Amino acid sequence: MEAQLQELKTQALDQIAAASTVKELNDVRVAYLGKKGPITDLLKGMGKLPAEERPKMGALVNVVREEVTTQLEGRMAILEEEAINMKLQSETIDITLPGRPVKTGNSHPLTRVVEEIEDLFISMGYEVAEGPEVEKDYYNFEALNLPKGHPARDMQDSFYITEDILLRTHTSPVQARTMEAKGGEPIKIICPGKVYRRDSDDATHSHQFTQIEGLVIGEDIRMSDLKGTLSVFAKKMFGDDREIRLRPSFFPFTEPSVEMDISCFKCGGSGCNVCKKTGWIEILGAGMVHPNVLEMAGYDSKRLTGFAFGMGPERIAMLKYGVEDIRHFYTNDVRFLSQFQRTEL
Amino acid sequence: MLVSINWLKDYVNTQQLPPAELGEKITRSGIEVDAVIDRSHGMTNIVVGYVESCVKHPEADKLSICQVNIGEETTQIICGAPNIAAGQKVIVARPGAKLPGDIKIKKAKLRGEESRGMICSLQELGIEGKLVPKAYAEGIYVLPEDAETGSDVITNFDLDDTVLELGLTPNRADAMSMLGVAYEVGAILSEEVQLPEISYNEVSDTAASMLTLNVDAPEANPLYVAKVVRNIKVQESPMWLQQRLMAAGVRPHNNVVDVTNYILMEYGQPLHAFDYDALGTGNITVRYAKEGEMITTLDDAERKLSGHHLVITNGEKPVAIAGVMGGANSEVSDSTTTVVIESAYFASGSVRQTSKDHGLRSDASSRYEKGVDPNRVIPAAERAAQLLSELAGGEVLAGSVVFDELNKEEKIVKVSPDFINSRLGMKIAFEDMLDILKRLKFDTQAVNGQLVISVPTRRQDIQIPEDVVEEIARLYGYDEIPATLPEAETTPGGLTPYQAKRRIVRNLMEGAGLLQATTYSLTSEKSAKQFALEETDTTRLLMPMSEERSILRQSLLPHLLESVTYNTARRMDSVALYETGSVFLKGDNELLNEQEHLAVAMTGLWLDNSWQGEKKPVDFFVLKGIVESLADKLGVQLTFERGQMDDLHPGRTAFIMHNGQRIGVMGQLHPSEQKARDLKTTIVMELNLAALLNLESEALVYTPVPRYPSMSRDVALVLSKIVEAATIETVIRNAGGKLLKDVRVFDLYEGDKMEEGKKSVAFSLTYFDPEKTLTDEEVINAHDKVLAALTEVGAELRS
Repeated sequence: MEAQLQELKTQALDQIAAASTVKELNDVRVAYLGKKGPITDLLKGMGKLPAEERPKMGALVNVVREEVTTQLEGRMAILEEEAINMKLQSETIDITLPGRPVKTGNSHPLTRVVEEIEDLFISMGYEVAEGPEVEKDYYNFEALNLPKGHPARDMQDSFYITEDILLRTHTSPVQARTMEAKGGEPIKIICPGKVYRRDSDDATHSHQFTQIEGLVIGEDIRMSDLKGTLSVFAKKMFGDDREIRLRPSFFPFTEPSVEMDISCFKCGGSGCNVCKKTGWIEILGAGMVHPNVLEMAGYDSKRLTGFAFGMGPERIAMLKYGVEDIRHFYTNDVRFLSQFQRTEL
Repeated sequence: MLVSINWLKDYVNTQQLPPAELGEKITRSGIEVDAVIDRSHGMTNIVVGYVESCVKHPEADKLSICQVNIGEETTQIICGAPNIAAGQKVIVARPGAKLPGDIKIKKAKLRGEESRGMICSLQELGIEGKLVPKAYAEGIYVLPEDAETGSDVITNFDLDDTVLELGLTPNRADAMSMLGVAYEVGAILSEEVQLPEISYNEVSDTAASMLTLNVDAPEANPLYVAKVVRNIKVQESPMWLQQRLMAAGVRPHNNVVDVTNYILMEYGQPLHAFDYDALGTGNITVRYAKEGEMITTLDDAERKLSGHHLVITNGEKPVAIAGVMGGANSEVSDSTTTVVIESAYFASGSVRQTSKDHGLRSDASSRYEKGVDPNRVIPAAERAAQLLSELAGGEVLAGSVVFDELNKEEKIVKVSPDFINSRLGMKIAFEDMLDILKRLKFDTQAVNGQLVISVPTRRQDIQIPEDVVEEIARLYGYDEIPATLPEAETTPGGLTPYQAKRRIVRNLMEGAGLLQATTYSLTSEKSAKQFALEETDTTRLLMPMSEERSILRQSLLPHLLESVTYNTARRMDSVALYETGSVFLKGDNELLNEQEHLAVAMTGLWLDNSWQGEKKPVDFFVLKGIVESLADKLGVQLTFERGQMDDLHPGRTAFIMHNGQRIGVMGQLHPSEQKARDLKTTIVMELNLAALLNLESEALVYTPVPRYPSMSRDVALVLSKIVEAATIETVIRNAGGKLLKDVRVFDLYEGDKMEEGKKSVAFSLTYFDPEKTLTDEEVINAHDKVLAALTEVGAELRS
């Protein structure tokens, strides 16, 4: 019987080793260890043995059974891993295929520029003020020291709706309205918005465009404060190594008036096609608020002074991104718009 | 303003600065130099030639063979100009000469005849055709007889000159004259200004004996000076005068007209010369025109005058529009022998209006509009008398005929050094300020530490202390101003809730895959009201530039759709754009009711994952989903009602409602509108964004996360096709009671397995009790009520 047992064991182990799938191995398990298997049969047949042999024989059967079981489990683990590996291999994908596109839009380049400027000035304590695009002549011109018949009105031929109502030619009327509303109190605002002038549309002119103006009124506001503020703006907007230069100019609502150039961000000042070989790029107009403008809005120009500045986001966007034709901003070609997706930070 | 540096040197020492450097100094201290133009254009080898003989070329009708003496030799030159003739002094470019436009002159053979050089027109020397005297406009230029044969043309005729082109701001009318620029340069370089010396002889007869003057409109013409010069000979001006005028951008005519133009440029004072005999009456009367009165001006245009146009008359009929342009009837001609020179002060407003009404801008009107110097009116008349006697051989009659009520006093401006320094944030020394004012030739007294400044009348722009601040600062140098930041208390700054929410809306739209567009506010009559949410009148510009841009838009969609078509026409088939911007509605107030709107337009594929085979075209529900997420983001309840709007698909249009108010519309474009716009299926939406952004948001308070499980039951219903899902949802919600937490459509079937006119809609209902775990019984109880209610409204349960 012992010999029989040893043969069974050898047979079982051979078959375990030969099983190449989980299923085959399970068949081996059932065949040898199942209720109807030969080992169970052997155990059942122990009753026929003499009583003194039974314990020895029982132990022997158990040893064989455990060994078969251990071998079987070991083999099972290997086969299961192989099966998983095969499955994984069959599931391999081509990871170079394109991903599922996530549809993302983006802001218009002018919005991008405007928001960048807004956020910069907000960080310096400015509020954002807005006002109507259809404006009274009074706020657009008269309150800004441009009475009817003033020669400087020529500079900005306007779209009138009635004799007293027009499409604003700049965002300065927002300043005039804010000053009137603040009733003589200090002001720190930035005013973005759409403006309109009687220009024929071409590569550098647009009858509709955007502007951002700033206004600061307070005690002892000096021209040096204007210069310092614009210098911070230029560095944040166009790079830390930008220098600024002020040139005398004329606007009816400021006195003194200046135009600000920045050192060319492309060539750094040595002269290139962006700065037209001058090393400098004209960016904005500014000045100290004219006392007439302060007085018209009810401010005591002896006590409070201020500065104002204004710039064109189209021009800034054209310079910054190298856009050559202002009409791109209003055509909405998706091949143009979608280029302003990525961050520059 | 074009400033010849050679001419400028008559009045001020330019310290031999290279022109570009002088230009830079002028720019940096206040007047922008737009261009520095070298009049010599690098020309060489151009000499005066004497045409000894001139015969027709045997082989070419239009060519002449000339023997030209150029000093050292006589040489043969073939010339094609019609006006070439023997005995002329001409401009000769010798072989090896360089001309503007990179032209090099070489010996050549023309139809078998040798030509050693070229006889030049002024255009060939780089002078604009419109500036060349009419007599020489079509041919070569003929030099005066006394030009020295063989001498260098460039140096002898002032072409070795540089012109600075000034871009003047409206306040600097003073720099619209050579003298004004001389004062500016004098201030910059700290140099004196030399005024022209005026002296001439008068005959004993007086101007008053030949001419009477009446001024009927002293407010518009407070100063009128007339001088009479007789026995003049009208002829070409000398070369130096012609060259100076051409350098200043003025075309030479004859000595009389040229003198008036020269003084206009020199003094900035417009002058006009009348033919005395053509006046015919010996009288000048300045008055307002009669309504409908006619005048033919020097440009041969007949013009109808109105009662507010100031005219010069001969006592009977207009002979000039005051300050704008002379009349043809009194024009100086070759046969003129006696001229009346007018030098006057016309009020700027009057000239401005008249010039605007007639669309007529002249060198004179542009100066009057900005205000001329009251103290140069009389000297300019004197200067004219001098030059006419020198250059036209005229006899100047004694005295002038004058009407004078003009205030010519200098304005006094008082300002303290502290004021100047505190405005600038600088510490400029008192002496430095005095020095700058001296350089400006502003007569200044220091009184009790204050600057008391007599501002010359040529500087009408200096009125208040701030103007002096600018003068001091610009000549001290803006580079010297330090950079500081305002010292006032810091303010928080920031966006208003409205502005912040607008940014949130934009972010949401962009996150949803839409590109932001910007379109024009001005549109055409046809597009103005299309897709408008409210019925109001349109607003039209008084003077539009074109019909396409004549009306203020009432909806963003027409232009947004134009942008979509622009893209699809360029084979970009999938386009999804949004815009935020104002529409302009007639309201009760004086101004328009400007409403900020949000609009979306989309066409083509919404999802295109090509290699995985998924393609989803845009449809109504793609856009509706975006609007719903916008509502969620802003925390507002928006509902959708079936609606109708022109140019939208009648079965696929919804009004967007808030609190029972219609605040927007969305839908698919009507097929005929799609066709008209050359678009495929296009879904649009527009809503009154301002109405949403103006709502105050509620504070956000958290709802506890459910601690007990919810249960769901599905129900499939057979409904008539016309029954809307929202109606059934309301029935379900009303019947479901407190425990019904959510109702969702999860299936719709309208296929051919359904009975005609029917559809199947399946809802998923979620029951939930926040207090405890629901029992089956409770759910069955609630659900049975729902089923009963559904049966009651005729919904058939589908098994």
